[in-house]
Amino acid sequence: MNSRGQLLGLCVLMVILAIGPLLISSGRWIEFLELTLFVAVLGQGWNVLAGYGGQYSFGHAVFFGTGAYIQALLQFKFGWNPWVAMWFAMSGTTLIAAGIGYLSFRYGLRGSYFALITLAFAEAFHVLARSLDSITEGGRGVQLSLNQDPSQAIAEFQFNFAGPFLKTYGFYYTIFIILLITYLLTWLMSNSRFGAQLIAVRENEEAAMALGIDAFRVKMKAICLSAIITSSAGVYYVQKFLFIEPGIAYGPAKSVEALFAPIIGGLGTIVGPLLGSFFIHGVGEVAKEVIVYFVGDRPGVDLIFFGMILILVLAFLPRGLYGLLEMLWLRLRGKHNA
Amino acid sequence: MLEVSGVSKHFGGLKAVSQATLSVPEGKIISLIGPNGAGKTTLFALISGFIKPDEGEIKFQGQSIAGRKPHLICQLGLVRTFQIVRPFANLSVAENIAVAAHIWIAKRTDALLKAAEIAKLVGMDGMLDQSAGALTIAGRKRLELARALATNPKLLLLDEVMAGLNTTEVHEIVDVVRGIRDTGVTILLIEHVMQAVMSLSDYSYVLNQGELIAEGEPRDITRDPNVIEAYLGHGAAKRIAAMEKA
Repeated sequence: MNSRGQLLGLCVLMVILAIGPLLISSGRWIEFLELTLFVAVLGQGWNVLAGYGGQYSFGHAVFFGTGAYIQALLQFKFGWNPWVAMWFAMSGTTLIAAGIGYLSFRYGLRGSYFALITLAFAEAFHVLARSLDSITEGGRGVQLSLNQDPSQAIAEFQFNFAGPFLKTYGFYYTIFIILLITYLLTWLMSNSRFGAQLIAVRENEEAAMALGIDAFRVKMKAICLSAIITSSAGVYYVQKFLFIEPGIAYGPAKSVEALFAPIIGGLGTIVGPLLGSFFIHGVGEVAKEVIVYFVGDRPGVDLIFFGMILILVLAFLPRGLYGLLEMLWLRLRGKHNA
Repeated sequence: MLEVSGVSKHFGGLKAVSQATLSVPEGKIISLIGPNGAGKTTLFALISGFIKPDEGEIKFQGQSIAGRKPHLICQLGLVRTFQIVRPFANLSVAENIAVAAHIWIAKRTDALLKAAEIAKLVGMDGMLDQSAGALTIAGRKRLELARALATNPKLLLLDEVMAGLNTTEVHEIVDVVRGIRDTGVTILLIEHVMQAVMSLSDYSYVLNQGELIAEGEPRDITRDPNVIEAYLGHGAAKRIAAMEKA
């Protein structure tokens, strides 16, 4: 499928996501969708750098966590408005990304070395967030105060006490709009000169250099764009839960979630992270239900089931769900033509 | 156009290239030949900026380029191909060429149009949508050439673009290379296919064990005793001369 085909698929998905929830009144399902879109944004951040650029980060939590922490601390310490703080959260994270990128790419770290250095940075930030008590509130985390005035709901970027519509759908549409913007950004990137050069660097860095591509600069741009997208998920997280602590921000869980969605959905494709996220969470929910039905409530058993499905996908669908859909589509069209 | 003077590169105790001096005048096809391991590809890597020389000067259009980054050298108009082809395997032929055209074309659609044009030039116009990973060896060599051309080079370094091709394919590529020269691109090529070297090049340099041992018109080079010895071993020139006399 060409990029126009991908865009068409993306548009259809977006329309469904825009209208669909209005037909659902169950709060539980809205929460499910919110979580799915949240991970889809997280995954797209990783996908830009790894799927398109071939730089496999294993510590993307560092961008999620830094975005979340800046967003939370600017409000907590200085009483900033969240709508203002958010720009500083994203640009601050981008600076951190530029620093990490500079250190890794200047010295030519690739492949597993790059994965390790990003993992190390995430762990270092984890430790710092825990130990710099006077700045980050340490292991207690940052708890933001709840806005109880419905008239201030939008101004305060908190929808808990807003009117009935915002209370139910406010955060869903927040993450939906973030998804829309970040995915559009990714599509524009993948169809630009920069996108083409980034993919060339992924495919063969030396050949790209021989053809006049400044691989260092291209990778720097990619890590910055990746950080902007990933930190926007951090901003969303803080506004939604009004709480952040070192484990949530910088623990390995977010790094792993960020890479699972695009790997399962389809690396280096625009819709990949969204497909992957739906699959992971859909399967997760089903697994939970099935296990509760058969063996009762045993926490952790669903993870085993989940792990098995993951292995199956990785073993039999090297190009992810997107690759599977593409293959089915081509076969269908082939039959139609014949 | 290109002046290489006294360039050396050592890897540990191995002298890969030592005191190499050569010049490539504008509008010509110059060839660089020599037995395997002579240091030809290393010399290319030195010129194109992939390896920094230990000593010596490399000037391209009067500008010193020794030790400059490859992408900057390419942007000046000096581009190399790789002996072991390096296609962007997951991309189509058109996309492969378009990436190279992006060095001077910003818009994606314009770059893709340019790619189609270049593909025609190297005889790949029927393969634009094919995946580069699925090409035959001959196809990959052509693609390597097409990508280099798309950067709009003034000087093209071709590293064995004919190796592994059959006679028909060699003939086709020879025509393509000559066509490229006729559009005003200067060419320096490394080649083992002597038939191509003889028919294409205006002047040849012979490299052996890192040192230039001969230079001249291709026809004279093949009679040079130093060259014969380098290829066939010590004493070979004398024996051949004796055989011819007898």
